[in-house]
Amino acid sequence: MKALAAGLGFLGRRLAQAMLVMLAILVIAFAVRASLGDPLREIVGEAVPEAEREALRHELGLDAPWPVQLARYLGGALHGDLGTSTIYKRPTLQVVLAKFPASFELVLGASLIVLLLALPAGVYCAVRPRAPGARLILGLSVLGISIPVFLTGIFLITIFSVWLGWLPAFGRGETVQLGVWETGLLTASGLRHLVLPAITLSSIMLPLFIRLVRGAMLDELGHDYVRTARAKGAAPLRVWLRHALRNALVPLVAVGGLQVGTLIAYTLLTETVFQWPGMGFLFLEAVTRADIPLITTYLVFVGLLFVITNTVVDLVSLLLDPRISLEGAR
Amino acid sequence: MSAEASSGAARSRLGFAALRPGAALAAVLLGVIAVAALLAPLIAPTNPFDLSSLDVLDAELPPVWLEGSDPRFLLGTDAQGRDLLSAILYGTRISLTVGLLAVAIQAAIGVPLGLLAGYEGGRVDSVVTRAADIQLSLSTLMMAIIALALFRAGLGGESLTRFAVPLLVVVIGLAEWPYFARTARAATQVEAAKDYVRAARALGASNLSIVGRHILPNILSPLIVVATTQIAGAIMAEAALSFLGLGMPVTKPSLGTLIRSGYDLMFAGDWWVTVLPGLVLIAVLVSVNMLGDALRDALDPRLTPR
Repeated sequence: MKALAAGLGFLGRRLAQAMLVMLAILVIAFAVRASLGDPLREIVGEAVPEAEREALRHELGLDAPWPVQLARYLGGALHGDLGTSTIYKRPTLQVVLAKFPASFELVLGASLIVLLLALPAGVYCAVRPRAPGARLILGLSVLGISIPVFLTGIFLITIFSVWLGWLPAFGRGETVQLGVWETGLLTASGLRHLVLPAITLSSIMLPLFIRLVRGAMLDELGHDYVRTARAKGAAPLRVWLRHALRNALVPLVAVGGLQVGTLIAYTLLTETVFQWPGMGFLFLEAVTRADIPLITTYLVFVGLLFVITNTVVDLVSLLLDPRISLEGAR
Repeated sequence: MSAEASSGAARSRLGFAALRPGAALAAVLLGVIAVAALLAPLIAPTNPFDLSSLDVLDAELPPVWLEGSDPRFLLGTDAQGRDLLSAILYGTRISLTVGLLAVAIQAAIGVPLGLLAGYEGGRVDSVVTRAADIQLSLSTLMMAIIALALFRAGLGGESLTRFAVPLLVVVIGLAEWPYFARTARAATQVEAAKDYVRAARALGASNLSIVGRHILPNILSPLIVVATTQIAGAIMAEAALSFLGLGMPVTKPSLGTLIRSGYDLMFAGDWWVTVLPGLVLIAVLVSVNMLGDALRDALDPRLTPR
């Protein structure tokens, strides 16, 4: 009963923190809009005489003092209204959300590759640190960290699209509309288009996670419980996977979860190379064409993703590790 | 016992020998690239910034080992007829300059804060540590992208072009000071407890002189290791930002800008315009990273695999 109350208390505190961070992000977004954007231009364009603009400005309440405008912006944000895009002439949130599935599916594909390769490779490098295979993997991961993600993409395109002509080099291919979600995972063309971008994005996350898994595993393998398990005769594979890897997952989730910002940045680079119509590609278009409402909406959305991941990572760490006490977790 | 000891010694000698050629090769490669970049104005066949010397008839020529090349252009030319070798030499110079200056800013912020936190402890320490944690949880590349994107959207591409170098240096420099601060703090804590520091204090040395003249020289080696890794990171960040069109402009290209402007030509079959600067960038990054690893192994015996 007490544990449950403490759990709810922790959840409440964590959620309150998340809301506070989101509020701060919205205030920053408002400040950016107020100092860089002219909301009138979003609505009427440039070709309206100054007197008419002044009247319209007053009518729309744009000459109100900034606290009033901030309150209005925050109120709008509560209803999902973050402004109107000057490029697309539609609500910015709608524009950004329409591009979310493309980015999500790219990250999903890359994450699958990373999970399938980084876990076994990291565990192997930890349990057989001196094996030639482990040295090879670590050597390759130094190389992988040294090659910028956009160059990996360019090299893959040069080889597999330009020279061999096996795989498409840009775009998402054919997509299917599932309600609000536009997916490329259900058509052969969509899947073929995903291959090179997903490999590219995973190539930069892979070395990072192999090192993370290896480090976390090495920490666990040094503990007494591993020696005890080995001494009582448990099979090595069982000790590594059932005992050590399970405990290694806690720091892994915590540290891996912190990489979400980096992941978003690398996704943006990958989308640029492959002209993948995701959120990052949209953001750069908004930057080149100075679509301030769209830029700030992207920032708010990315901030939201960041806050959600961090909160979820905290909660998952709590569930995975019974040693993190609820009373102490602040 | 003795057999095991000698095999261990043999292995460590073998490991050292195996490490050294790689690191030496990296050092030589990096040295050649750095000197070539430094001497770019003297050794480059043409001045890539002098637009009047360009001739469109020379555009998109391949490197000399391919068919249809012109011996005047060793590595071929780009879409404007610019000599690629000259562009790469000057571009490397810009990339290295931005990387080094950005890391200098990181160190200038991080090292004093780390010394302060490690030496003072208490409230100061917890404030610095907390600030470092927060700064690191915001991905540096993402923060740099956002900052430069806002500059560009707010002030227009024109002013971004004019202030590209200082902007890149400051944005990349401000983002990653925590790595220096953390290392300096941890090393300072170790040093501050040692006898020579107590002796200096007993002799009446001021705190400033203890930290600056006694502790700082003794924590330089871990800081040099951090600096090496950070230089690679800063060069990579600059390349990424320039590739996105948020960094160095086409008129004053870094390696990242060259890769970006060559990228459009790739589908026409002119792969060299983008691949050759890319290979130079990778050579720089790999050799800096390898040097960093070798320095770490040489300076910190605890980190070598058991």
